[in-house]
Amino acid sequence: MNQKLTRRRFIKGVIASGAAATSTAAWYSATGQERPSGFVERLVRINVNGQVRSVDVEPQETLASTLRYKLGLTGTKLGCNRGECGACTVLVDDVTTYACSVLTHSMKNGRIETVEGLESANGDLHPVQQAFVEELSPQCGYCTPGQVMSAVGLLRANPNPSREEARHAMSGNICRCGSYDSYLDGVMRATELIG
Amino acid sequence: MAYMHIGKDFTPPDVPGKVTGRIKYAEDYTREGMVYARLLTSPIPHARVLDIDASAALAMDGVIGILTADDVYPDGEPQSTGLKILTNEPTLVGEPILALAAVDEKTAESAIAQISVTFERLPFVLDPLDSLQPGGADAYNGGNTFVFRQGFVEEKWTADQVASFRAGNEPTAEPQQTVEYGDLDAAFGESSYVYEGTFTNAGYPHHSMEPRSALAYWEDGKLYLHGGSQSLTAFADGIAGIIGVPKEDLVFVNAATGGGFGQRARAGSIPVYAVPAKLSQKINRPVMMRATREEEFTFGGARQGLTGWIKVGFKPDGVMAACDLWIVSDNGGKGGGADAYSAADCISVLYQADAVRFRGTAIGTNTAHRGAQRGPGQNQIAPIISPILDVAADELGVSRLDIRKINAAMTGDVGGPQRTPFTSAYMPEALEQAAAEFDWEGRQSRRRQTNGSKVIGLGIGQGYHNAGRSGMDGIVMMGADGRLKIHNGVGNLGTYSYASTSRAAAEVLQMPWESCDIITGRTDLHLPITSPQDGSNSIFTNTRTCYGAAQDMLTKMKEIAATDLGGDPTDYDVSNERVHQIADESVGYSYAEVAQRAIELGGKYTGSAELPEELAEWTQIAVSRLEGTGFMGIFHDPRHEGNPPGFTVTACEIELDKETGKIDILEMISIGEAGTIMHPKGMDNQLVGGAVWGIGLSAYERHLYDPQNGLPASTGYWQSKVPTYLDTPVKIETGWVDLPDPENPVGARGIGEPSMGSVSAALTAAITDALDGHIFGASPITADMIINHVAGTSEEAVPLAQNNFRG
Repeated sequence: MNQKLTRRRFIKGVIASGAAATSTAAWYSATGQERPSGFVERLVRINVNGQVRSVDVEPQETLASTLRYKLGLTGTKLGCNRGECGACTVLVDDVTTYACSVLTHSMKNGRIETVEGLESANGDLHPVQQAFVEELSPQCGYCTPGQVMSAVGLLRANPNPSREEARHAMSGNICRCGSYDSYLDGVMRATELIG
Repeated sequence: MAYMHIGKDFTPPDVPGKVTGRIKYAEDYTREGMVYARLLTSPIPHARVLDIDASAALAMDGVIGILTADDVYPDGEPQSTGLKILTNEPTLVGEPILALAAVDEKTAESAIAQISVTFERLPFVLDPLDSLQPGGADAYNGGNTFVFRQGFVEEKWTADQVASFRAGNEPTAEPQQTVEYGDLDAAFGESSYVYEGTFTNAGYPHHSMEPRSALAYWEDGKLYLHGGSQSLTAFADGIAGIIGVPKEDLVFVNAATGGGFGQRARAGSIPVYAVPAKLSQKINRPVMMRATREEEFTFGGARQGLTGWIKVGFKPDGVMAACDLWIVSDNGGKGGGADAYSAADCISVLYQADAVRFRGTAIGTNTAHRGAQRGPGQNQIAPIISPILDVAADELGVSRLDIRKINAAMTGDVGGPQRTPFTSAYMPEALEQAAAEFDWEGRQSRRRQTNGSKVIGLGIGQGYHNAGRSGMDGIVMMGADGRLKIHNGVGNLGTYSYASTSRAAAEVLQMPWESCDIITGRTDLHLPITSPQDGSNSIFTNTRTCYGAAQDMLTKMKEIAATDLGGDPTDYDVSNERVHQIADESVGYSYAEVAQRAIELGGKYTGSAELPEELAEWTQIAVSRLEGTGFMGIFHDPRHEGNPPGFTVTACEIELDKETGKIDILEMISIGEAGTIMHPKGMDNQLVGGAVWGIGLSAYERHLYDPQNGLPASTGYWQSKVPTYLDTPVKIETGWVDLPDPENPVGARGIGEPSMGSVSAALTAAITDALDGHIFGASPITADMIINHVAGTSEEAVPLAQNNFRG
């Protein structure tokens, strides 16, 4: 992941540009990079779920757009497209990241994981997914992929969180159905499954 | 009663798809040749479109066509309240004016920017009381309220009447609606404690997680519409009429819906789905209309704001003698619902008052359109009435638990202005259970304990919603493989009621769950009609239909077995996927065999004869397409008697910081009273989910509008203050009474809405408790209001105002 790009900096860049997030100028302002003369490279390689994918990406394209509309990975959901809800959460180098709020061009060196990449080769669910099934954590399910990815990120960093720690770690993911309690049950169950 | 399926946990078949991301919501689909629609929406709160010049946009490369209100309403727009597909008469910011289709969204957006729309600005209003002022602006063209058979009319109060109400007095204007029972004056005369005051409930958006995107295309003369709805067949039934397509030519595809909460139950609340359908028809291409969060705010609707005056009288023993309620409802920009009346109904049901009067007036504002939102009315009044009970209890020397037990609804009681008997009611049991599991009495020693600036508050509250309907249809099928196929038209909105109601059919036939298939998700799978999945009704309504259809199949199985194998149908029973003689289980058919015989016999066994006469048109279409394809059980549900209630009780302990106004919920328990529990984990989800909504209602969520320009400021989650993990308790305990209701074959009733009301009631009561009995008369009670109260300054900028920081 391009360490120069943070969500705050990206947004500040957008605001500074006085334009919408589709502004190429905003992208360069946000990343601090020099605008290349001539053209912006469009065909980029990104590592998604362990596979290097070559994809035609516009300069201002967000990772969520690329995943959903270029690579067909529709498990990553767009709830707000403005960094509020967490439905688009993916892991980039094991760090939970709002895919709506990073640009795909900044992902060239990152290892991206989406909900589609969690199952094992033989089709077994990831322990977090299995735990969420057992605890009936989802309700409408629209926020669920983001909740799953936040839980996976948490348990990689801290395999035995307390419920309070889990609550804080998951707090970037809104569930309008209010299934927070069931998701936390799922996270705690996942710690048992992971052992 | 020992059940095979009822009351047992199971994994609904869509859950793995939700945790893997495989299940598809409307926007996840694509179609060959798909183009993209974007909307041009009103930037101002009240206007008239004088001219649209789209010539520059239509000349752009990649632009395919536009759709305007003139296209969808060639004979003129309907002159009534309610959302329109597109409009030239916007009455709120964000209302769709036209749609444009292009090869990609970027082109569509660029083209939209090239369209010149000339608006005539019209006066706008954000607060119903401002509109009632002499000379106040009217939200609609022709008035500020809509009267059935009269149309739009203008209603005004005198300046003194408005000022008096804002000053905290009983409104003196003539209400639009009055409903009452009992002798109000006599009941107040018997009262030894009377509370009187004004209140506000803020309106706020539904903000479902999935924006209301939709894909539409026409293929082989049929319209395929991918959308998200709470309901499936009930929604399809309605949207067909809005689009103007025969029911038999509409295929509604809706495997999963990213939240509804009332505003996706009925087609009238999402007419914008007609945009891609009509645009697709016009340009002959599949059309995807992706909705943004801001558009979801606009399409998605909002809870009605209520501005009210309440007077409640209690007898010396704590019995609620009388309640007098006067409410001005904020109907928003497109008309609203019946929340205010439901509030009065709720008080009558929950507290069994001897006399109740409701007076109400509904007034439009140029704010988000209003409609049903989780417990519409019942849940707004919950945080208002609960602290009043507590103050009355303290004044009368009755415990706060006892005053609720004294007034509790129970089987044999009646409720509401219509004095409708309950099918069953176990509120005393729910109160006892909540108090026992929470150790309510033991905790009383902690009441109002302080630790620096922090103070402990205890609250207990009740929730109610009518929770069941009837009169719908059921279909089950069985092929020669012997598997039971339960055709279920219930929408998949996250409650899993489409699955748990199906288990009533499996129960009747003693069918292992792994031998059952739920047929749902798209209407071309031939599904029966259901009532919309709103009003907490699905469990009650559709266990009746699934149970009835399976009973019909069971009866037919026994008939076939008796005819072929001898004896009388009453000599037969079912077990282990066989219909067999009771006396000799070796004599019988496997389900596969009896299904094969049914198919051979045809007629009533395969849906070709002796169908129930009352089947809905939608069900008739489904049956006509299933006829002859398998062994059919079919049922039309007769009407039930009485009011099947859903009740909840919540108790909580909070810590309120008087310096910051912050509330921490230390512990909370919610107990459901919803008849027999079908699916414990599903029940738990409804209780904890309702709790989060109740916390939002009491402490956080509200509309905000810019008073100068009428622009909405709560279009996103953050500004709207939807509760997060950190606003809710680290653990919410749950439980249930689990006593069967006699009007349901498996004893079940619904619970989704009351689970919110009781939490809001308990939390608001706890805030009042922590602040020595101060009644705010408001939802939400924000941190600012608490700080202002503690500081002794005014809690509100403009008394009784809607859509601002107070309410």
